[in-house]
Amino acid sequence: MANMQDFLVTRSTKASQIAIVMWVLIIVALISMPLAVNRGDMRFIIEIAYYLTLAQMWNLLAGYAGLVSVGQQAFVGLGGYLMISGAVYFGIHPLVAIPIAGILIGVISIPTAYVVFRLRGAYFAIGTWVVAEVFRLSFAQIQSLGGGSGMSLPASIVKGMADGRQAREMLIYYTAIFILLGSMTLVYTLLRSKYGLALTAIRDSEPASDSLGINIFKTKMIIYVVAAVVTGIVGGLIFLQKLRISPDAAFSLPDWTVAVIFIVVIGGIGTIEGPIIGTIIYFMLRELLADYGAIYMIVLGIFAVVTMLWAPKGVWGVISKRFNLQLFPVHRRLISDTEAKK
Amino acid sequence: MEWIHLLIQGVLLGGLYTLFATGLSLMFGIMRLVNIAHGDFIILAAYVGLVVIDVLGIDPFLALLVVVPLMGGGGYILQRVLLNRTLGSDILPPLLVTFGLSIIIQNVLLEVFSGDSQRVNLDNGLDIASIQISEYISIGVLPLIILILSILVIVVLQFVFYKTELGRAFRATSDDQDIARLMGISNKHIFGLAMAVAMAVVAVAGVLLSMRTNFDPSVGPSRLLYGFEAVIIGGLGSLWGTLAGGLILGVAQAVGAHIDPGWQILMGHIVFLVILVIRPRGLFPRSID
Amino acid sequence: MNLIKTTDLVAYYDDFQALYGIDFELNAKEVVAVIGSNGAGKSTFLRSLVGLIQNENQQIQYKSEPIGACSADEIVKLGIAMVPEGRRLFPSLSVEENLIIGNYSKRLGKWNLKKIYELFPVLADKKSNPGTALSGGQQQMVAIGRALMSNPEVLLCDEISLGLAPTTIKDIYAALPDIQADGTAVLIVEQDINQALSVSDRFYCFQEGRASLTGKPGDVSREEIKSAYFGL
Repeated sequence: MANMQDFLVTRSTKASQIAIVMWVLIIVALISMPLAVNRGDMRFIIEIAYYLTLAQMWNLLAGYAGLVSVGQQAFVGLGGYLMISGAVYFGIHPLVAIPIAGILIGVISIPTAYVVFRLRGAYFAIGTWVVAEVFRLSFAQIQSLGGGSGMSLPASIVKGMADGRQAREMLIYYTAIFILLGSMTLVYTLLRSKYGLALTAIRDSEPASDSLGINIFKTKMIIYVVAAVVTGIVGGLIFLQKLRISPDAAFSLPDWTVAVIFIVVIGGIGTIEGPIIGTIIYFMLRELLADYGAIYMIVLGIFAVVTMLWAPKGVWGVISKRFNLQLFPVHRRLISDTEAKK
Repeated sequence: MEWIHLLIQGVLLGGLYTLFATGLSLMFGIMRLVNIAHGDFIILAAYVGLVVIDVLGIDPFLALLVVVPLMGGGGYILQRVLLNRTLGSDILPPLLVTFGLSIIIQNVLLEVFSGDSQRVNLDNGLDIASIQISEYISIGVLPLIILILSILVIVVLQFVFYKTELGRAFRATSDDQDIARLMGISNKHIFGLAMAVAMAVVAVAGVLLSMRTNFDPSVGPSRLLYGFEAVIIGGLGSLWGTLAGGLILGVAQAVGAHIDPGWQILMGHIVFLVILVIRPRGLFPRSID
Repeated sequence: MNLIKTTDLVAYYDDFQALYGIDFELNAKEVVAVIGSNGAGKSTFLRSLVGLIQNENQQIQYKSEPIGACSADEIVKLGIAMVPEGRRLFPSLSVEENLIIGNYSKRLGKWNLKKIYELFPVLADKKSNPGTALSGGQQQMVAIGRALMSNPEVLLCDEISLGLAPTTIKDIYAALPDIQADGTAVLIVEQDINQALSVSDRFYCFQEGRASLTGKPGDVSREEIKSAYFGL
């Protein structure tokens, strides 16, 4: 057996080094995209960007912190409503209102966490759902925000955002890309930080990590708040693009949580790559089955159930096991000294 | 007097919520399974009832004799074929599989029956009959029957749990699966039976719901939430607690509805969250844990 | 005739190998002790015999039939019962219910509630109490009674004296002749060597997943046992 000093701890793999080059190319492509594609395609990319961001956040919660939430639509809806309120009632530029909404949601999510953290496991899931319903029903009662039927972002505010429609759409596009890349970087950095290690320890064994002095509550709280803030920011962006909000659309379980859970589960929960694969599969299936409505949801549902039962690590899990791939090197691996010198 | 009226309406509403909650409570109590598709199974049972009543042309209450064994048998098969595979130390598989089932059931119902609102009509006028007690207080006959049936379900389950061999096997498996197996109890079979019993209660809940209110494929999830809230309010692991939880939720919603129709559901959620904060283990938790 | 025979029995917990080729025999009417220190593989061995750990089918035979791959709920029906380490009574069942559920397999034989109460009279007065409200010794009696209720031909006892006072241990072992009376074979697993050897016809000593010594208590010297036990 080799001695301890014969091993090195490393996170990078050959594939991850190639991947860096690939990421750079993708980022350049995303930034130059508006030059090449039409408005419809741009909207499509924006949609992909915010679903991928939502998926990364849900994956951070459920896949890494074990907080399986079915109530993230609470923060999407809050983000939308706070952005519109800020723009309409306080005259804040919508793009400025979005980060402000994010901060407010961070504050709101803390007491929320104290309530839902009293529930464990699956009960936590349903608890978060109840909280989201409370927000939906409460916003339906606020008459100044249009009550149950909702409200639109006034044309004057929309026009005031930028010079002309094209400029406005570019602005939203780059905001979406910025949020996507920012959130991916955030998740990546978080998982490589000491919180990433703490999360892995908690996932392996809560009692053991507790005895090692890891503050489980604090770690989970940080993840919960981070996910709430980013999810809320995405919510602000979504309704800035839609220009219209209502309680049912803002706090929609199917749109903002069901779809996202399917994306993560099918792609591969507990990896950064999984949500990316899942998003690609989700949009491909949607394009294929767009005309079939309910059938599309049935297919997705069956796909998710089958994945969970027979390939619980998702499509990415199957791929990475087959080819031993890791595109985001967040796992620490032990390699022998001789291997490292090669 | 008005408050007494509200209280009575709430208790009557709570009967149905108790039925929603009992199935959940059973599944969690015996298997530690939280079934996200629970509400959708209730609505599925309502549609099965609808078809049975339509095809056989029988009285809705008699339809129970068909729907209950049908759902119970289906529950056993579902557990043996699908859900037993998900049980283990990881909470994700059961949660996400039942979540997937929820979406599948909703959309299958939507494909087959469309999104139109449905209701089972009682030809004998039972659904509108009421007993007038005073100027302010009247008791709907149908809600009263539902409440009585839900209490009956609790009594029967209580008997099964504490007086029969099956009940002993349920409790033993819930306590310690490995040792229960040493007694000759096959946990897979017992889990199948537990799901069958839970689904039988779901069938009762679904058929009674179809007589009392309108329903469509999308209303399952809110039934799950009501059932869940009743279970947590009452305290895990106690059937009488579940009854109390159902009734409290019903009263909360009745009071909310009285303030403003938009407040009915909201008030139920708020009472649930308040109880969760002050009594995290519910009002009547089982002492042994 | 041997009731239980294991041939080259191996067992794993995930990647960890706990048993390395155990050859073992238990004959009708015998009391056999398995001794060994903590982690020697004694409990793994018992868990394999009762089917809580699945093995290669041929590695365990019961009355010359392979049972290694049978599940626990099938094995009790064949006539093998276990008194688990730490007693593990069902907390939500009363004493009497704990005993009744012992006969879930519906095997016929001499044991029934009345006979168990005759064997352990103290339990009769406490039959309605929750099993967990009893003293340690009484709980152990319930656990033994629960196993006997399945009318086993082989009774496996895992560390039944652990954590009990010496007088209580004596009371419990006093029941052994009654249990054996109609030919039931008993396998006793104990860390307490003296206790185990004083009641057994033969013994096996386990060490790091292997049977390091076997024989009759009278034929083997203390020194040999000590060295097999500690691996010195």
